Amino acid sequence: MSSELRYTANTQLEHLHARYTGTGHADLTKYEWLTHQHRDTLSSIVGHPTLTSYLAIADGEAVGRVRFEMTERMLQPCGPPPPKDD
Amino acid sequence: MHLYNLTLQPPTAITHAVAGNFSGSRTQEIVVSRGTRLELLRPDVQSGKVATVIASDVFGSIRSLAAFRLTGGTKDYVIVGSDSGRIVILDYDPKTSSFVKVHQETFGKSGARRIVPGQYLATDPKGRSVMIAAMEKAKLVYILNRDAAANLTISSPLEAHKNNAIIHHIVGLDVGFENPTFAALEVDYSESDQDPSGEAFNNAEKMLTYYELDLGLNHVVRKWSEPTDPRANLLVQVPGGQLATSDRYDGPSGVLVCCEDHIIYRHMDAPQHRVPIPRRRHPLEDPERGLIITAAVMHKMKGAFFFLLQSEEGDLYKVTIEHEEQDVKALKIKYFDTVPVASGLCILKSGFLFVASEFGNHYFYQFQKLGDDDNEPEFSSGDYPSYGMADPTAALPRAYFRPRALDNLTLVDELESLCPILDSKVMNLLPNSDTPQIFAACGRGARSTFRTLRHGLEVEEVVSSDLPGIPNAVWTTKLKEDDPYDSYIILSFVNGTLVLCIGETIEEVQDTGFLSSAPTLAVQQIGADALLQVHPHGIRHVLSDRRVNEWRVPSGKTIVCATTNKRQVVVALSSAELVYFELDLDGQLNEYQDRKAMGSTVLALSIAEVPEGRQRTPYLAVGCEDQTVRIVSLDPESTLETISLQALTAPPSAICIADMLDAGINKTQPTTFVNIGLQNGVLLRTVLDPVNGQLTDTRTRFLGTRPIRLLRVNIQRNPAILALSSRPWLNYTHQNFMHFTPLIFENLDYAWSFSAELCQEGLIGISGSLLRIFQIPKLGTKLKQDSIPLSYTPRKFIPHPHNGLLYLIEGDHRVMSEEAAAKQLQQLRESGRAVDEEMVNLPPEQFGRPKAPAGTWASCIRIISPLDAQTVNVIHLDNNEAAFSLAIVPFAAKNNELHLVVGTAQDTFLAPRSCTSGFLRTYRFTDDGRNLELLHKTETNDVPLAIMAFQGKLVAGVGKALRLYDIGKKKLLRKVENKTLGSTIVTLNTQGSRIIIGDMQESVFYAVYKPPENRLLVFADDVQPRWVTATTMLDYNTVVASDRFGNVFVNRLDAKISDQIDDDPTGAGILHEKGVLFGAPHKTAMLAHFHVGDIVTSLNKISLVAGGREVILYTCLHGTIGILVPFVSKEDVDLLTTLEQHMRTEQLSLVGRDHLAWRGYYVPVKAVVDGDLCESFAKLPANKQSSIAGELDRTVGEVLKKLEQLRVTASGF
Repeated sequence: MSSELRYTANTQLEHLHARYTGTGHADLTKYEWLTHQHRDTLSSIVGHPTLTSYLAIADGEAVGRVRFEMTERMLQPCGPPPPKDD
Repeated sequence: MHLYNLTLQPPTAITHAVAGNFSGSRTQEIVVSRGTRLELLRPDVQSGKVATVIASDVFGSIRSLAAFRLTGGTKDYVIVGSDSGRIVILDYDPKTSSFVKVHQETFGKSGARRIVPGQYLATDPKGRSVMIAAMEKAKLVYILNRDAAANLTISSPLEAHKNNAIIHHIVGLDVGFENPTFAALEVDYSESDQDPSGEAFNNAEKMLTYYELDLGLNHVVRKWSEPTDPRANLLVQVPGGQLATSDRYDGPSGVLVCCEDHIIYRHMDAPQHRVPIPRRRHPLEDPERGLIITAAVMHKMKGAFFFLLQSEEGDLYKVTIEHEEQDVKALKIKYFDTVPVASGLCILKSGFLFVASEFGNHYFYQFQKLGDDDNEPEFSSGDYPSYGMADPTAALPRAYFRPRALDNLTLVDELESLCPILDSKVMNLLPNSDTPQIFAACGRGARSTFRTLRHGLEVEEVVSSDLPGIPNAVWTTKLKEDDPYDSYIILSFVNGTLVLCIGETIEEVQDTGFLSSAPTLAVQQIGADALLQVHPHGIRHVLSDRRVNEWRVPSGKTIVCATTNKRQVVVALSSAELVYFELDLDGQLNEYQDRKAMGSTVLALSIAEVPEGRQRTPYLAVGCEDQTVRIVSLDPESTLETISLQALTAPPSAICIADMLDAGINKTQPTTFVNIGLQNGVLLRTVLDPVNGQLTDTRTRFLGTRPIRLLRVNIQRNPAILALSSRPWLNYTHQNFMHFTPLIFENLDYAWSFSAELCQEGLIGISGSLLRIFQIPKLGTKLKQDSIPLSYTPRKFIPHPHNGLLYLIEGDHRVMSEEAAAKQLQQLRESGRAVDEEMVNLPPEQFGRPKAPAGTWASCIRIISPLDAQTVNVIHLDNNEAAFSLAIVPFAAKNNELHLVVGTAQDTFLAPRSCTSGFLRTYRFTDDGRNLELLHKTETNDVPLAIMAFQGKLVAGVGKALRLYDIGKKKLLRKVENKTLGSTIVTLNTQGSRIIIGDMQESVFYAVYKPPENRLLVFADDVQPRWVTATTMLDYNTVVASDRFGNVFVNRLDAKISDQIDDDPTGAGILHEKGVLFGAPHKTAMLAHFHVGDIVTSLNKISLVAGGREVILYTCLHGTIGILVPFVSKEDVDLLTTLEQHMRTEQLSLVGRDHLAWRGYYVPVKAVVDGDLCESFAKLPANKQSSIAGELDRTVGEVLKKLEQLRVTASGF
């Protein structure tokens, strides 16, 4: 790949990343990847009525409460990010 | 292996419900989503009953539902947000009684993804636009309008995206005719993702944002964004906008923001109002716990509006807003009533409230009053400083109310729901039953039930009375053609006839003109006002003035059978001759000049009812002893000529011609069916061609062991056929399709329609010397349910092998056990605190139990006698223990005496899973299994989630360890352990020395026990991770399992490997074999895979019809019951697979989901044909049907017959 081509490919890639939240890239940290995974999982649970029911029965909570707590957890599913070392 | 999937009972849970005028008439209807099905419910305002009008499988997962109406329109449309990546607008067409897809706009990938819209829907109250949003970032706005021809149009989407924002809820704002505005509750995570200190996370603000759609610029702008309570979860629209006719405002506009413990009224440039959500003052309440609103509905009346909000405990609150024009003066909240926690609430203008429960039965209530002038404390924002917003970060002082029995609402109807089915077994435990019953542990919390499901229609007996003798037939008749109700009941005995008159009481009458000294063969109200009685020696035509014209049989002969309708009479004589009579225009009964000799004794006769506007029905069916049925013409041109002949396999016992609607055959006109009952209990159903009188499309069904008797009756003003054999069956039309279902009722010898003022749609029957009048209330249901109430959520149950009792374990998280609650109450009393006894004694079935902190459990073991539907005994567990598994084990060390072992755990936390100690409780059966005696408790280090009897010992899955226990004096003794399994063992199955282990995350493992060396070795596993929920062995090498995402799959081990493992005497070979892919040395192959769309909770291998093939029956969380039927021939596989392919191209999914993608949601569908899709072939228009049938080289009738045959032979449904 010529350097010029790589340059244009990158801008496209950046555009795609901005458009499709959750897409990974080469410099993704473990924390970012995990956070994406958790957010995807949580939104999938909220998006499937059977899964929210399943969790609600196990936990003894109302379905609405389960959905709310799952959505809340999407804010920071894996705790604060690791401190940057620079 | 090829399987055919059939749904026996579609899901019964309701996930969303919206009300509206969907058929365009003045009556309001409710559209509900049952997860993968869309249903239209129509409440009857008079009777308060809710009936299903149509139900349609959407082959996709419905995630949101909204109703909207174009400005000035009278008809509501349904908008569906699903996992198809498309927005779909549906219109209910009352003419064809179906949902019609008006628009289907694609905007993204399919699947329930984070940034693909479909999760939330909000409509502009004036019907000008709709917003569809995802869980994160994406929000699309569509403009809805009318074109010149008044058709609904939809624009291309406008984006209102916000990056890095998690969306909690959206709602359409009521702004009148200003630009449509939507409110969204969002949290931005970009800062907290960057801040390692966690400060940004703690300070993250939940924003209430207004998005305005500028209709002029065709653009969406973020108009206003303000932080609100960080624990807000729900938005509710507040009416607003000016009326066109007056200057008055409908309301203040804005939104109610429902937060934990508070409700806030918010609007742009307006002061906020905040009130607390009143709580129950329960002595055992957890003060740390917040309370959120989970369901809400707003209702507008003339000049006023109110909200009903429901908390997660089920309490309804009435919220009102006091306002002057656009200025809010106060926000008020008060307790209204308590109903089950809902997934959807709908208020109808006719004064009803529909509560779609999240678990258990759904309820339909009628408003008695609106709680306006009662003594409930009301909390108003005006009573707090700065309308409750003096310090928005601090909570308002808590408000309390006392829950009470229903006061403002009364229950009028209940819709049965199996949701959730947590465990099931299929067994034949009931006496006199030739088909097995499904026993299902259903429900959640205190509203749980244990249900027995039997295939058949429920029958409601109205009256039953004893007769002096044993009659052999019964009829009812009107006196005149236009009488609304029946007047006489005629009973025929061996040597006489009894006539009863239906009045205020039922009494015998004498002077009716009927011959009472002979048995009766047929009774008919004939002509305008005459009656007809056929007896063995003649026919009596009783005129309205009681004159009797009698036709006498030539001497030496008798009448053996007869058939009548309003204008025609045919009798068969003992000399095998047919005599035909017809009513002329003067009301005179005339005999046709010739008699027809049949050549063989006539056993059965039937003619249809006279078609409307005709003189006669042209065909007569005659069943003869020579095992034939002949169709004889009654047409004046060719009277009594034989037209066609059908050979039978046994002599006929009854024939019945009936015109019934079956949209699979003919969508508009009723089809003439000739039903032939044989003496060996087989029923043949053929279609009579109205043009040439030929019999086509024969379908057979085995009904029972006795000769069949067929009777034409009326069910809901439609003709139906009652078929009586060793059990009664009903053949009827429901929602345009024909159903054939047994009645759950005693054997009947004869029956007839019965219509009186008090029982308008009844049936009358005789069984022995009993006369019974009954009704069939729930047409269309295929399973009759009988339930036993339970205390807590059922988890698992197991049948005793000998005594017919069932042992069930129940357990609820976040609920205090009775013992713990009593102890805590005692402490409170001792510490001098007043305990509100009334609150403590509230019935938990209605109000639930107070929520306790996580890690608190209430649990019990229940002994159930399914025969008399009763709880025999309950053993409560103490010390915060909860039961998770159970097994009945014949311990070899105790001479194979049966023991019940229950796996429990103390102080269990779910996430991450932990417990102070697990236990295996060993019980002895006492009192013939009606009681249990605890022998000992064995401690384990983790929760034993699965246990099973194995070769006179016990196998337990304790966490990730598989252990073998033998019984000891004080404990169970651990013999061997295997700890190489993936995560947590959830299911166990065994055959021989093989153990199949279902793992919570790692699919199915095959293990073997080698006694010589006492080794427990895993030798095969799956190549895919699977979150197993249920497993069952199909044969020694094959296992069917289901996972948490709604898939069912079949795995098989290679027979060679299986033999090799079994031939290894010590297991040394397996022990030293090298693992493959970081797992066991051998891998199983996947044979079949299918996405059901509902989480399968139990799998049974069972034969559902006597002598039928074994099928896999699965039950699911949302109430689905289905079967997987193995195909018997390659030919069937090819036919059905091709049919499925053709059906897929028809794009039947109402949400626009691709069928192949749906059934292969997580893994491509493999070797399973979707019977539900194939069966919708019957619903296709006739031209499509014939073109598909043509592609299959078959006729439409043959395809339909094949589909029915597959269903009937596999399930009997």
